[in-house]
Amino acid sequence: MTDQLTGQAPGREVGRARTRKEDARLVTGQTTWTDNLTAPGLLHVAILRSPLAHARIERVDVRSALEREGVVGAFSGADLAEGLGSLPCAWQVTEDMVLPEHPALAVDEVRHVGDPVAVVVARDRYTAADALEDVLVDYEPLPPVLDLEAALADDAPLVHADKGTNRCYTWPLVSGDYAAARAAADVVVRRRHHQQRLIPNAMEPRASMAVPVPATGEYTLYSSTQIPHIVRVMMALTTGIPEQKLRVVAPDVGGGFGSKLQVYGEDAIALTLARRLGQPVKWTESRSESYQAQHHGRGQIQDVELAATRDGRLLGMKVDLLADMGAYLMIITPGTPLLGAFMYPGIYKMDAYDFHCTGVFTTRTPTDAYRGAGRPEATFAIERTMDELAAELGLDPLELRRRNWIRHEEFPFTTVAGLTYDSGDYAAATDRALALFGYDDLRAEQRARHENLDPVRLGIGISTYTEMCGLAPSRILGSLRYAAGGWEAAMIRMLPTGKVEVITGTSPHGQGHVTAWSQITADALGVPFEDVEVMHGDTRVAPQGMDTYGSRSLVIGGIAVHEAALKVVAKARKVAAHLLEASEDDLEFADGAFSVRGSPEARKTIQEVAFAVFAAHDLPEGMEPTLNAEHLLDPDNFSYPHGTHLCAVEVDTETGKVAIRSYVCVDDVGRVVNPMIVEGQVHGGVAQGIAQALYEEAVYDDAGNLVSGTMADYLVPAAPDLPDLVTDRTETPATSNPLGVKGVGEAGTIASTPAVVNAVMDALRPLGVRDIRMPCTPERVWRAVKEATAAASAAADAAGKEGPS
Amino acid sequence: MIPATFDYARPQSTDEAVRVLAEAGPEAKVLAGGQSLLPILRLRLSFPELLVDLGAVDALRGIRQDGAQLVIGAMTTHHEVVHDPLVRAHAGLLARAAATVADPAVRHRGTLGGSLAHADPAGDLPAVCLALDATMVVLGPQGFRTVPAAEFFVDYLQTALRPDELLTEIRIPAMDGWGFHYEKFQRVAQAWAVVGVAAAVRPAQDGRGIAEARIGLVNMGARPMRAHLTETALTGADGSEEAIGRAATLAAEGTHPPTDLSGSAEYREHLARVLTQRAVLAAAGTA
Repeated sequence: MTDQLTGQAPGREVGRARTRKEDARLVTGQTTWTDNLTAPGLLHVAILRSPLAHARIERVDVRSALEREGVVGAFSGADLAEGLGSLPCAWQVTEDMVLPEHPALAVDEVRHVGDPVAVVVARDRYTAADALEDVLVDYEPLPPVLDLEAALADDAPLVHADKGTNRCYTWPLVSGDYAAARAAADVVVRRRHHQQRLIPNAMEPRASMAVPVPATGEYTLYSSTQIPHIVRVMMALTTGIPEQKLRVVAPDVGGGFGSKLQVYGEDAIALTLARRLGQPVKWTESRSESYQAQHHGRGQIQDVELAATRDGRLLGMKVDLLADMGAYLMIITPGTPLLGAFMYPGIYKMDAYDFHCTGVFTTRTPTDAYRGAGRPEATFAIERTMDELAAELGLDPLELRRRNWIRHEEFPFTTVAGLTYDSGDYAAATDRALALFGYDDLRAEQRARHENLDPVRLGIGISTYTEMCGLAPSRILGSLRYAAGGWEAAMIRMLPTGKVEVITGTSPHGQGHVTAWSQITADALGVPFEDVEVMHGDTRVAPQGMDTYGSRSLVIGGIAVHEAALKVVAKARKVAAHLLEASEDDLEFADGAFSVRGSPEARKTIQEVAFAVFAAHDLPEGMEPTLNAEHLLDPDNFSYPHGTHLCAVEVDTETGKVAIRSYVCVDDVGRVVNPMIVEGQVHGGVAQGIAQALYEEAVYDDAGNLVSGTMADYLVPAAPDLPDLVTDRTETPATSNPLGVKGVGEAGTIASTPAVVNAVMDALRPLGVRDIRMPCTPERVWRAVKEATAAASAAADAAGKEGPS
Repeated sequence: MIPATFDYARPQSTDEAVRVLAEAGPEAKVLAGGQSLLPILRLRLSFPELLVDLGAVDALRGIRQDGAQLVIGAMTTHHEVVHDPLVRAHAGLLARAAATVADPAVRHRGTLGGSLAHADPAGDLPAVCLALDATMVVLGPQGFRTVPAAEFFVDYLQTALRPDELLTEIRIPAMDGWGFHYEKFQRVAQAWAVVGVAAAVRPAQDGRGIAEARIGLVNMGARPMRAHLTETALTGADGSEEAIGRAATLAAEGTHPPTDLSGSAEYREHLARVLTQRAVLAAAGTA
């Protein structure tokens, strides 16, 4: 029994488009980015990085750097190796997975451009930067390993010679009998999709500051990270600093997109230097350094097969992935593509699913989680291939989807991949999107342009996506051999004056948890929004947490806050009943006050109760004088946001330029705590997904150099390059948590990429274009059109007919 | 992203600037807005010993009319060029092209003279000034000299400026009555042009044909260039789409465009033809 605001009714705060508490401080520069921090006696660290993709280190000579005025230390990898363990990988995805050593500072060999080889410590950052030029390194070049397929050949050069192979692992997920499904199929569509490497590009590059207290052996590490709690555990294990002596603080963090869901060698280097020198040290990377040394995302080759009947019913799906691990396994490098393994079937029903992923080492920057982490790749593969199947069958791509998606009345539904989707209404989201988009009119215009041989073609792309959010139930993580759990912690402190402190284990870096958790708490406790303070990101303030990634914070951390608040109310109810000399069962709790049913004048506000508990003069027998409560939540299931994104593009066939004409997204993220924050997440996510479709690619040359090494060559789109988004929502509450929320951090990124590429292909398919690799650059589009036109006219010539004009 | 050590001078006049440059020798660099120079320094691609900041030389800023010429001070910002009524009235092509340079922050800092002296063939304004038949006014220890735009851009990032010389003014003949258009093709709004085409068209007396056309090409070689064959083909041509299209097929003749992440040389040649046709059509339509 509860008289709380629950998922049954929206509260006063939950559902309200509150402006964010965080922003006044952030936009007026009253911030604590790690690079803004200082400490008495602070020294500055600069890192020398490998200019070669693969080489043996013959010699590192730091002597002349040490002679430079202002330099206090210079170290090679060998110099720092003592007491510094291999950097951690927390996901041994198979028993026989190959796990190479990963020193924070390379000792014998460098394995990607940007691999650190030496550090210099100086009294100011300018001297440190200059002194890097004094360090002499002799390299003996080794062959780069760049091609995922060639890397698996028997005679391929090896990234890690001691391992004898570039194959990291092969991981299967097999459900049903795909061979039988394929044999029974009328149509089998097979496609290869390339998921290009992406650079996450958080606004704030990385920075670390390590502050020692030599007398006590205590250390504080300030790091621009999404995961201060995980960093603390891992740094304790890597550096040998006892965990109780190590405090990790994530100050203001300017974005992450997964790139700061990482345990970086630079943190370990900072702590090691602080320990060696007994003084605080700070390291801040430049953007181009970040491009080489912060983990990348995606980097996969996907061979996808869909088997279907002539009337468009899916029978089965086969997926063979090659996933580029890069040079080393970082925290969840090997598991990242597997986060998508469960999502390839998307929203569709089918009988058989056969998935294999092979991880491959290359001499490139390691890959790891980037917004969506495996799920954008999966969604792209199914949604792109569904469009190809529709074309093969001569069906409207929406109609093909309708014939196969899980119907609203079929939920909860266990998919062929073994997940149980709790709720969803794909038809409702699609109908809403169609109404906003003007689908039929655009189709008519598309036909007219085609008939008129208009050099500018119109295309419509569809993406009906779902994703798994809320990482993750600990038992599932355990069954997948992940090293840790997926719970989250929350604590609520009722202060004597009736104000509230919320301590969360989530670690926001742009998401707005301070605002959203205030809204949840205000509703649960019946206190004003302004009376709630949310604290996070410091292991001394928020001692327990699993941090922020995988759209987990609201569905696990936010619900933990809600549950902790309910515990506070339960304690307060006992006190109120005692003070009012009533039975607990006779009390009603509404608007922050307990009153006796039937005599509303007999009431105590929760603030009055809080002060009474502080005074502790008259408490129920045996009760401790505190209302504080904590809750650790381990979810039972993932949550499954979904939605329909529709994109119309105009493709200039003369130049190859793609312009997005209109974009409609209708997302179903369940109940919404703050619609403005949700809107922001959707906008940013869609922008990043469009960026993969049209603009961004980490390009390496044949020698393994990162050619797109600055923002001049790695094209991050800005506002003028992006369309006006039409956004809307349907609301099908999640059944797995009391607020009915699902999470929204990655939805836009997951949904949008296939919508855009499907639109480009829809525009050009009538010209004979079969595929265009991402990003769909103007030159790639122009070449595809040129080649298709040439092939069509050659075919027409061969048939003795007139070619197309 | 920390430049190597350099000295810094901030002269108050053009004479002082020239004196400082002459004393410093070839290891000095002029800072004229810094929108290209500072990134190069921060990436440690260049190691000048001295930066000579022209920010305090007020005489180098401003726009005036001198008879049939517009005179633009070298330190006039792109933003000022875009919004100046004299430029808009008499050299609209320059205002139009300057409005496409990078983003507002860059346009408030970057200067016309800085852009021309940097001579990046991917920059918008060198090719535009070439098409406008601009004249560069240069001050050195021996005094002023003038250099026509056609002789100013020597090679990749190289101009006819000597190390002790300063670009002080850009003189542009007023092109009243000309139609113009700047067709910039870029992958994202802030990026350099993959290819850009600046077209100016003087209509024939009958109002239909083309008396004269000038076409500047951005990023089609080591330096900005004119599409001379297309210009010749357009002289006296009728203004029909066919005639302009025929002339535009010659636009890439004699160019040597680069191959880079934004496009291959072959693609750039194709773009030059397509964009020239579009630019001339638009220019002919605005006269």
